[in-house]
Amino acid sequence: MAKIRGAVTVDNERCKGCELCVFTCDKQVLGMSTAVNSKGYHYAYMANPDACIGCTNCGIICPDGVISVYRVKVEE
Amino acid sequence: MEEREMRLMKGNEAIAEAAIRAGADAFYGYPITPQTEVMEYLMETDATARTGMAVLQAESEVSAINMVYGGASTGHRVMTSSSSPGISLMSEGISFIAGAELPCLLINVSRGGPGLGTIQPSQADYFQTVKGGGHGDYKLLTLAPSSVQELADFISLGFDLAFKYRNPTMILADGALGQMMEKIYLPTPRPRMTEYPDWATNGTPEGKERRFITSLNLLPQEHELVNIRLQKKYREMEKNEVRYEMIQCDDADYIIVAFGIIARIAQKSIELARAKGHKIGLFRPITLYPFPYDQIRELADNSRVKGFMSVELSAGQMIEDIRLAVEGRKPVGFFGRLGGMVPTPEEIENALYEYFNIK
Amino acid sequence: MEVNDIIKPENLVYQKSRLMAEKQFNFCPGCGHGVVVRTIAEVIEEMGIEHDVIGISPVGCSVFLYDFYKFDVVEAAHGRACAVATGIKRVQPDKFVFTYQGDGDLAAIGTGETMHACNRGENIVIVFINNGIYGMTGGQMAPTTLEGMKTTTCPRGRDVKTMGYPLNITPLLAQLDGVCYVTRHSVHTPANVRKLKKALRQAFENQRDKKGTSIVEVVSNCNSGWGLTPKQANDWMVENMFKKYPLGDMKVDGKLVMDMNAPR
Repeated sequence: MAKIRGAVTVDNERCKGCELCVFTCDKQVLGMSTAVNSKGYHYAYMANPDACIGCTNCGIICPDGVISVYRVKVEE
Repeated sequence: MEEREMRLMKGNEAIAEAAIRAGADAFYGYPITPQTEVMEYLMETDATARTGMAVLQAESEVSAINMVYGGASTGHRVMTSSSSPGISLMSEGISFIAGAELPCLLINVSRGGPGLGTIQPSQADYFQTVKGGGHGDYKLLTLAPSSVQELADFISLGFDLAFKYRNPTMILADGALGQMMEKIYLPTPRPRMTEYPDWATNGTPEGKERRFITSLNLLPQEHELVNIRLQKKYREMEKNEVRYEMIQCDDADYIIVAFGIIARIAQKSIELARAKGHKIGLFRPITLYPFPYDQIRELADNSRVKGFMSVELSAGQMIEDIRLAVEGRKPVGFFGRLGGMVPTPEEIENALYEYFNIK
Repeated sequence: MEVNDIIKPENLVYQKSRLMAEKQFNFCPGCGHGVVVRTIAEVIEEMGIEHDVIGISPVGCSVFLYDFYKFDVVEAAHGRACAVATGIKRVQPDKFVFTYQGDGDLAAIGTGETMHACNRGENIVIVFINNGIYGMTGGQMAPTTLEGMKTTTCPRGRDVKTMGYPLNITPLLAQLDGVCYVTRHSVHTPANVRKLKKALRQAFENQRDKKGTSIVEVVSNCNSGWGLTPKQANDWMVENMFKKYPLGDMKVDGKLVMDMNAPR
């Protein structure tokens, strides 16, 4: 049976740390970094990557369009 | 000269007919006396059926000038006409058009002000027009017709100058010119544009970089460069586009300086004066910006010329530019009527005698 | 499977539209403007109309709209976007023209131009961002500011007796014959963003089919102006803004579908 695995990339420099993606993700994949980018914003990252199913909700909700979403079907 | 159709026309109607023949793409306007006939003629003659040009009555002059701005951004020949209070409403839009470096044709059929004023002619919008009118450092290339023929001929000239410099052209007429009827030779029709300038925002063709148009720049270093570029443009206009007419100035002792309808009346005043043996001439600026400073200064330098008199339908606005040109070399007198009153040729004649103590 | 195995070009399922320019948005973190701007680009890209579209940017937080897109955009004076759109559309009837306006631009200074463009049924798309405040100028009262809401020009809360009532303008515009489509959306959840995208698509298709004016209103947050975090602002918006400005269609295909007897 196939399983869906997803992953996202975040453009750290363009992320403004609004955290909407963190709240939007149903699978609690995302968290905010302790590091800051050159503008002083904490940026989003995959804190829990295994849970990601590539649903694209975070990409859609991001006001700055910094998230790209990948998805693949994995044969078990 | 090839055969041109001759017609007896009212000034406002001549503006409209000339606009159609100049290949205008759109007229966006609003009714206001004494120029409402411009749009009425365009609608009555069904300009849209004749050339496909758009004619739209906007809900206000503010809306109209912003429609002009929109049309101008696409690189089309767009125009509006209004009268003094309406032109005031358009000031912001005009400043935007100049700041965004777009071409358009504006017509002010001036009436007495300030405020709602009166509907009779006036020349008291000179400052507003020639010194910019709206906010910021910009100029309007200003043509001042003094006949219905010139009014008609200046339409295509106005468009061409606007596109040459990417700047609005203003035709500063007045209520008398708008309402009077004269025989004119109709301009030869030319087609509407089929190709548009590179800078226009009319949809980016494949493979070309997209365009955008704005007059906003929050970086003062960059905005200074924008302003410097505008100023260069105005210096070019000043070098290339000065237009004027001199009538009997070759042997004149005194020179009347007048534009628009007053220039027509002053021509009669000169006739009357010359019949009495006085050598009076008329200097008629045709472009109010750029103003013919050099030509007036040349006359002032002439030892035979004893003085100038500015005659205006205002409390004296063009006189300041005349004084700048004359630079104190000779006296500059003034005669004007206010509030929509128009002087007779004799009034002007007598004012001249009185000021210069001519018996 | 490792994350690196998943992140491969052939597995890409979502990224921002290629019609977005390099310039970073000037919007505050978490502001709904960003989502709407991106969604419009997606619709234009998917419809394949990027060479025939002209956007009109307002005065307000989205004044720099022209920096964010890779298609033609014209800056309009405050409130005048609908007149500028008219001016463009009348000489270029085959181009897709849309305005992007805030609550001050569309419902205060631009009320006349908006109303009359709608009354003429100009074949344009009006995108209206309603966040109940003037963000760009520092958070002043807007026509759509709610009663009791605090802004810098009503620091003790909007007092309807002296400052007027919140202006629910889209139902008014919906009643004009020239308007064919009026709909209100939000961008605080992915589901709502997807609905907005469909609505924008419908609006541009209406323009293609010359059906008249389409108005797509987006009730949005202004976390900076409201003094809340983005998440808090969205929650506040759902609690308060949606009461006065409920989401949904008001007019579809020229027919009013809203409840004309509902309190407004």
